[in-house]
Amino acid sequence: MALLEIRKVTRRFGALEAVKDVSISIEQGEFFTLLGPSGCGKTTILRMIAGFDEPDEGEILLDGKSLAGVPPEKRPLHTVFQSYALFPHMTVAGNIAFPLEMAGKSALEIRRRVAETLALVHLEDKADSFPHELSGGQKQRVALARGLVNKPRLLLLDEPLGALDAKLRVEMQIELIALQREVDITFIFVTHSQQEALALSHRIAVIKDGRVEQCDEPDQLYTQPANRFVADFIGKINMLEVEVTSSSKVLLGLRAEGLGDIAATDPRPIAVGERGAFALRPELIRVFGHRESADLKNRFEGVVRELLYLGDVTLYKVELANGRVIEALMPNAAPGRAKFHEVGDVVTVCWRHDAGVYLRN
Amino acid sequence: MSEPRTQPSGLTKWVVTLPPTAFLLTFFLATALIVVVAGFRETGEFGGLAPIDSLAALTLDAYHFLGGDVIYLEIFARSFLVAALTTLICIVLAYPLAWLIARSPKRRRDFLVLLVILPFASNFLVRIYAWIMLLGPVNLLYTPFAVVVGMVYAHLPFMVLPLYTNLEKHDPALLEAAQDLGANGWTRFWRVTFPLSLPGIFSGSALVFIPVLGMFAVPELLGGTGDILIGNLIKEQFLENRDWPLGSALSIMLTVCVLALAGLTAWASKRGLHGTEAVT
Repeated sequence: MALLEIRKVTRRFGALEAVKDVSISIEQGEFFTLLGPSGCGKTTILRMIAGFDEPDEGEILLDGKSLAGVPPEKRPLHTVFQSYALFPHMTVAGNIAFPLEMAGKSALEIRRRVAETLALVHLEDKADSFPHELSGGQKQRVALARGLVNKPRLLLLDEPLGALDAKLRVEMQIELIALQREVDITFIFVTHSQQEALALSHRIAVIKDGRVEQCDEPDQLYTQPANRFVADFIGKINMLEVEVTSSSKVLLGLRAEGLGDIAATDPRPIAVGERGAFALRPELIRVFGHRESADLKNRFEGVVRELLYLGDVTLYKVELANGRVIEALMPNAAPGRAKFHEVGDVVTVCWRHDAGVYLRN
Repeated sequence: MSEPRTQPSGLTKWVVTLPPTAFLLTFFLATALIVVVAGFRETGEFGGLAPIDSLAALTLDAYHFLGGDVIYLEIFARSFLVAALTTLICIVLAYPLAWLIARSPKRRRDFLVLLVILPFASNFLVRIYAWIMLLGPVNLLYTPFAVVVGMVYAHLPFMVLPLYTNLEKHDPALLEAAQDLGANGWTRFWRVTFPLSLPGIFSGSALVFIPVLGMFAVPELLGGTGDILIGNLIKEQFLENRDWPLGSALSIMLTVCVLALAGLTAWASKRGLHGTEAVT
């Protein structure tokens, strides 16, 4: 049985349907992420799980029991708020002790658990500090400690890294993964950052306009996006408008207007003549000099319009025969000085026949 | 390190602050000093102050007189009791009101605040006379009850406004966090809202307690003969008995008591309110 089951949940605010027929089930121990642009409904879903909002239709079950009508203070799950919402008039230890006091634990146990949790987030020396004396990263850790200390069935995290600067955010991501593994509590994480979602999660639900577009493991989302939105939202991707010319068991023949035939794969039965998009990640495209040999099926000529040397990789923007500009990412991993194609060079871009994904409209 | 550029230069600071400083020095400090000195002088032949010709003319007579009669101590005690009771009732009445205003939609808040201060638009004495009309027919006029009612009525807005200003700034996420972590409504109030509103309660209490101590109009109009407070006593010395030294001595004692109390409160709040400054 799933730990948390969201069953056909819909939530309306006046005429606006913020959440539409969402079904998700989350297993014990998972690091699950709700990913989507701001205003997509992910925070509404989180608030319904926490109990600050109730679904108009459908239900949410925890351990198989419906949470309908259970107020937030009675739900065995805690939230880490985006603003941290630390109690300014309590010390760090006081903040962390709060959920234990609410649960009626003995003073002795509270003292022990607070000390343990402070050690878990490496803040032993800050027990008597007040929140306004802490840095952003430290406040973040106190908020996490406060959410974890009473061992909730679920920890909900609402964009908890949003207020941190870029470097600290990466550090906290690593800490968060280690922390989740250590405490073995199910995390439901809300974010609009696809990078954060990919780095942290066991599974991700991509949400747009209140609907789940795709729910899958990070590498599946990245390599097998279900539609244009997911393909575009997660990572960088080149999108070519194509028409299906042939479809056998796994091989798919596509034609891009003004460019030519593209060989691809797709296990689904697809009708010849269907129109869709061919999506291709920049790092799967190779760029070769004009007359260099490349033993790949998909080869197209183009002209380098821009290049960005990024150190570890170089990003090329190549204009193809039909005027489309595609991006290719070439690693600078060869020993010695990396060899570049200059702006204006005529090059060949190629990719394996199983490199891209055909997306139906 | 150089100062940030937005700091005004020394000269600008002086030019801007000189007029109010001069005003305060002249009209507050000087008058206070006159009262202090008057407390150590004798009454003249026709009341007021006797002419002062030498330092030897200074005397502790007024203070001896105050110490010699227990009635003054009683009046002081009663005044502090009335002030404390008024403050307490104001807190209890103003808190829900301020909370309600702070929780109202933003557009309605200004209107509600306006309603709170609307009574100031008419004359204070007229409003107290109105209470005579109200309390007279129910036989409550000229009682301690009437005095406290009048005091609460006159000072309630001074409690509502600082409390509202404080409560309005509370981050609603804190209450959600408390609820999320297992606190019910009652606990949320006592563990989060109330402690964070203490600075508002303190400033409101100062604005109510101190003026009530010196107030003479309300007890005079609504109170009986046994309900006189320090304010009445002081006013009596200056206007009716023309015993200025005694009036001054009473004023000074009142000021000292208030300052001592304010100091005590400041010390207590510094110890007890750590962290709440982040909110207010």
